[in-house]
Amino acid sequence: MQVIQFKFDNERPIYLQLVEQLRIAIVSGAYPAGSRLPSVRELAVMAKVNPNTMQKALTELESDQLIFTERTNGKYVTKDQRLLAKIKAELATDLADNYLADMSKIGITPAESIKYIKHKGGQ
Amino acid sequence: MATLLECKHLCKKFDQKVVLDDVSLKIDKGKIIGLLGKNGAGKSTLIKLINDLLTIDSGKILFKGKPIGVNSKSHISYLPERTYLDKTMTIAQAFKMFSEFYSDFDAERAHKLLEDLDLDESMKIAKMSKGMQEKLQLILVMSRDADLYILDEPLGGVDPATRDHILDTILSNFKEGSSVIISTHLISDVERILDDVIFIDKGQVVLTGSADKLRAKHKSSINDIFRSMFDAKKTH
Repeated sequence: MQVIQFKFDNERPIYLQLVEQLRIAIVSGAYPAGSRLPSVRELAVMAKVNPNTMQKALTELESDQLIFTERTNGKYVTKDQRLLAKIKAELATDLADNYLADMSKIGITPAESIKYIKHKGGQ
Repeated sequence: MATLLECKHLCKKFDQKVVLDDVSLKIDKGKIIGLLGKNGAGKSTLIKLINDLLTIDSGKILFKGKPIGVNSKSHISYLPERTYLDKTMTIAQAFKMFSEFYSDFDAERAHKLLEDLDLDESMKIAKMSKGMQEKLQLILVMSRDADLYILDEPLGGVDPATRDHILDTILSNFKEGSSVIISTHLISDVERILDDVIFIDKGQVVLTGSADKLRAKHKSSINDIFRSMFDAKKTH
């Protein structure tokens, strides 16, 4: 069983933080496309949260079609590579927005911000 | 959602002092509930009434729709705030006593928990540290196949590592259809595992609700919500 490190702050709904972190686990390939997820109970113990809260998070991922239930066998990650790529792109866009917002706080424009990224990329 | 336990307009006085004042609440099946309040708020009194260890002055307590009594006792597993174990016993003897007292005591589960929590059957209770005794009590209580587990201050005076073990034990033994009430004033330690919270202050229920909904509404932790409510009151 692939073990994931969960981290929470208590100031936001726990189930939302579970959704976010499971989404990352899926798009990063920690839980690869088409693979079987640990059971609700196993995931709850891993995250040290209430199984009801974990269930709520999984229901949300399921309604986003990122995971699906195979009647008796448990829950699986979607095999839809296009959907996985789309969600990965959404997460990347959010991260880029956060980066630009942080840079603007210290007075650096988006155009200038790109230079820093290029520099990091070794160009 | 099926109601497991219901308290209706409970009142309790000790001499002339009102300890519980018109307390009404419902506990649904399959939930972990935090009964949260400062020391002296009335939490332990409420728990003792639910366990039929004190008599009700007025009001009602219904367990699965029927008044509490002998029948409810055999389905409620209770961890009291203070130990009632005979300290001259060994763990093995405590297990034996529990299996004689409670037909729903699962010895196999108890032995597994003992291993998980690094305790040995041959240990004498008197020679165990406070944290080890708390673990043992929890093992005994969680090894029963009950409908309702009531844990009164299960984290009192234990170190952070033991606290994590205790929370893990509660979570991994929490089974579908049963409910757990955790009474504590150490809110930040337990809030992550709670479905619902009940705030109790000066003998009255002052707030109830889903923990995640309260976090979303107040944009803060249950611990901070609790503190802002009661710290604000203090300044008046």
